[in-house]
Amino acid sequence: MRDVAIVSYSQTPYVRSERVRNEVEMLMPVIDAVVEQSGIARREIGFTCSGSTDYLAGQSFSFVMAVDAVGAWPPIKESHVEMDGAWALYEAWVKIQCGEVDSALAFSFGRSSMGETAETLALQTDPYTVAPLCPDTISMAALQARVGLDKGLFSERDMAEVAARCRRAAKDNPEAQLKGDFDVDKLLAEPYLVSPLRKHDCPPISDGAAAIVIAAGDLAKQVSKKPVWIRGIDHRLDSHQLGSRDLSLSPSTELAGKKAGVAQGPIDFAELHAPFSHQELILRRALGLADDVLVNPSGGPLAANPIMSAGLARIGEASRRIAAGKGQRAVAHATSGPCLQQNLVCVLEG
Amino acid sequence: MAEHAAVVGIGQTKYDAKRLDVSQPGLVREAAIRALEDAGLEWKDIDAVVIGKAPDMFEGVMMPELFLAEALGGVGKPMLRVHTAGSVGGSTAIVAASLVQAGIHERVLTVSYEKQSESNAMWALSIKMPFAVAMVAGAGGFFAPLIRGYMQRSGAPEDTGIRVALKDRQNALKNQYAHLQMPDISFDMIANSPMLWDPIRYLETCPSSDGACAMVIADAKHTKASGRPAAWIHATNMKTEPTLFAGRDQVMPQAGLDCSAELYKKAGIQNPRAEIDCAEIYVPFSWFEPMWMENLHFAPINEGWKMTYEGATAIDGDMPVNMSGGVLSSNAIGASGMIRFAEAAMQVRGQAGEHQIEGAKKALGHAYGGGSQYFSMWIVGDQPL
Repeated sequence: MRDVAIVSYSQTPYVRSERVRNEVEMLMPVIDAVVEQSGIARREIGFTCSGSTDYLAGQSFSFVMAVDAVGAWPPIKESHVEMDGAWALYEAWVKIQCGEVDSALAFSFGRSSMGETAETLALQTDPYTVAPLCPDTISMAALQARVGLDKGLFSERDMAEVAARCRRAAKDNPEAQLKGDFDVDKLLAEPYLVSPLRKHDCPPISDGAAAIVIAAGDLAKQVSKKPVWIRGIDHRLDSHQLGSRDLSLSPSTELAGKKAGVAQGPIDFAELHAPFSHQELILRRALGLADDVLVNPSGGPLAANPIMSAGLARIGEASRRIAAGKGQRAVAHATSGPCLQQNLVCVLEG
Repeated sequence: MAEHAAVVGIGQTKYDAKRLDVSQPGLVREAAIRALEDAGLEWKDIDAVVIGKAPDMFEGVMMPELFLAEALGGVGKPMLRVHTAGSVGGSTAIVAASLVQAGIHERVLTVSYEKQSESNAMWALSIKMPFAVAMVAGAGGFFAPLIRGYMQRSGAPEDTGIRVALKDRQNALKNQYAHLQMPDISFDMIANSPMLWDPIRYLETCPSSDGACAMVIADAKHTKASGRPAAWIHATNMKTEPTLFAGRDQVMPQAGLDCSAELYKKAGIQNPRAEIDCAEIYVPFSWFEPMWMENLHFAPINEGWKMTYEGATAIDGDMPVNMSGGVLSSNAIGASGMIRFAEAAMQVRGQAGEHQIEGAKKALGHAYGGGSQYFSMWIVGDQPL
């Protein structure tokens, strides 16, 4: 395998509703910034890959216009995944591993504010037997939390503590959306939104975009003073049938973590794509993180949950923290599908 | 660094207007099982799955790979979902190939599909967006002016498109999987069919199909050990150009010209028309055959129509194109690009049956999408490069 490093990362400030700019306008400053910071000329970037979904824009081929934000003239080598940007990064990493290119841009974008996202995501379930019941994301996550609570793996207080900690950490992140100091006892006094989830256990609705540039060994060292190396990256998935798996576990995260080599060294911190508070607790266990490992110092998805970018943002936020010298080895994680169905794990080192 | 990779198994479903006998999982599984059987492999032998399809609104399932994972043996494995507009079937195969070429996996299953009967593609393509003109034209309405542009520039005889359609519909009779089987097809029948989007007649247009196509791509070690015929991947390439750009030539897109020129260079091909034995290219409307002949450097600019006219692209011509009947005969949109790539591989594996080109050693698979701004291509050969 070739050594590949993250050389730059950029994201929008995440907001409840981006009312003024469309997707292309939202992306342009992010892509301009990430390319400029990479130290690689735009024309020299070998490959571009984006991640998005038509179901946020409410329009077929919604990614096609996004190419206009990249500056694809003369024509570029480009691809798109209908997945979170973390998988766009994976495809870009594969392209570099082929030896075909030495650098790549991956980006993702989405405006959850355009529709009823929690209900739209119900369309990810089996269209014949499940989707007609319209199980919204929060209800499915509530089923998952219930299983964990009933098994005694965590308590509602543990969940509230995750939410309070993430939003406190987000105070240091200028791009985070939901931040502040929350008292756990007061949170627990709030009514249920969908039992056993309270409002604080759920992510905010966020609009935003993120972009990352990666480069192979020598080029990364040449353009960046602080390249952040991708030491392992792997992704796996579980069955879509919620009834056929133990929702309190995440075997696909565990397997991806093993393949990515999480346990091959100490972990200083983790950025986990856990949109719901209890999912952080499930992921911690699946990745075998020690109790003292700092999780989501950026605030994580509970502070800003730009669908389709929230996974790439975990990798980007982790790389920024390592580049800033606040850690040497970190794990970043991205998820897709109901109840953590598909998971990507990436090990980063300074 | 790059490992050799080859297609060792191919599976297609029967393409049809409505495959009411199978669900979406049933459809993709049908193609996948045939590809595994062709490769002599089982589900457990597959390291990763790469799936592609056109817009999710064509079936009304958001990111359907999540619910199709189980039907494709994907649980516990890496699974990627590619979407690059109409070129997606080709791009999906290229991503699958790159997983093997990079040495990350040894055997990868790749599948593309569309089940158009479960929704309405015309609706899905015609959603009115704020501050945008509602097209309600579908793909035909979009591409008709580009064809007009080509006719004006090249001075091609007006019946060129009819001749392409006649050839492809006759070729489809040799392909058991083709959707449209019209044994009584004739020049007059096409010429007299209704004009849908001038100059595109009804019988010069692709159908709406349900269907799936799958391939198993393996590394050199497994390919050689299998003892089966292989289609060695000599080169792959993808290119994209922007949608809104005044300098764009939508009739003869630069992305396509660049994509094929780079592809031939990678594959060590100097004279494509002489060195490539046959091609499966993405022709959803008849006139795109002559246009792409030029875009693929098989003919000089404005002279692609001569290849059609002189019979060069016929199954017994010197540069056979769309021996399978092409997109004009089967259009399961998301799969259409992969079908081109798979049919190219079938030719060099010598398994194309009645539409086999005798002794084909090198073949081109081509797909395009969007408003002619996405291109994906590969060259496969009966021997490693």
